[in-house]
Amino acid sequence: MSVKLNIRQVGDVSVLDAVGRITLGEGSSTFRETVRDLIAKGNKKILVNLAEVSYIDSSGIGELVSAFTTVTNHGGQLKLLSLNKRVKDLLQITKLYTVFEVHEEEGAAVRSFT
Amino acid sequence: MPDHSSGSATRVERLLASNLDSVDIGEGLVLEVALKAGLEEDERHRLGMAVRESLVNAVVHGNRYDARKKVFLSVSANRDRLTVTVGDEGEGFDPSALPDPLAEENLLRQSGRGLLLIQAFVDEFEVRRREPVGTQVLLVKRLAPA
Repeated sequence: MSVKLNIRQVGDVSVLDAVGRITLGEGSSTFRETVRDLIAKGNKKILVNLAEVSYIDSSGIGELVSAFTTVTNHGGQLKLLSLNKRVKDLLQITKLYTVFEVHEEEGAAVRSFT
Repeated sequence: MPDHSSGSATRVERLLASNLDSVDIGEGLVLEVALKAGLEEDERHRLGMAVRESLVNAVVHGNRYDARKKVFLSVSANRDRLTVTVGDEGEGFDPSALPDPLAEENLLRQSGRGLLLIQAFVDEFEVRRREPVGTQVLLVKRLAPA
C-alpha cells in the first residue's frame, strides 16, 4: 500500500494526516504533490501527522526535507506530529531531529505555530 | 534461480529486472528468509530497509532503469549470520567520494542518505566491484544464538 493523505484545517493550520508508506515511487510523489498544492493555495502552516505511517525510506525522508525547505522558503512553517519509534530512529540517524520541530500532541502542535 | 534449503542453512538467489517492482520483491524475499532465520521484528524491519535502499541504488543509480540490465540478489542464512548481496551492472561508484549527509551543509539535501541508513541498519557493510561489470554490496546481519 502506498500513502493516503487527508487534509484537515484546524484554525489556520493544515493538518496532513498520512497513512501507509512514504517510499520511492508513488508514495513520495503523492506526498510531494500534496504539499505543493497546499502551498499553492496559500497554506503556510503545515502539520504532518505521521502517526499512521508504517514505513519511510530515504526517498520519503528526502520528501519531508524538501517539503520543509519549500514551506520555509515561502515564509511558512512545517512541523511533524506523532512519530513512531521507527521514524524517530530515522530522524536520529540522519540528524534531522535538529531540523524538524516534532510534537507528540496535536493541540500543542497547532498552538505552537506563530 | 536456485533456492537451496537444508537443515539450518538457507540460500536463495534471484535475477531481478531493473524496475521498482524488484525493490518490493527483493525486500520481501529477504524478509521471508529473515523470519525463518529467527530475526526479531524490529531487526527484520531494519534489515528490510537496508535491502530496500541497496536495491533502489542498484535499480536507479547502478542500472539506471535499463531493461537490458539485471539486479542480482542473494540471501543466505546460517546459525550465526544472515548475508545479503545486491549486484548491478552499472558503472560503479566510490562511496568515499559521496557527500557526507550528516555534514551541516548537507542536512537539507533531498537525497544522499541511502548508504547512511544501510550502514546504520546492518552489522557489516561492504561495497565491491562486481566482475565483469558493476557493483556488489554485501550486507550482514548477525543472528542471536537460539
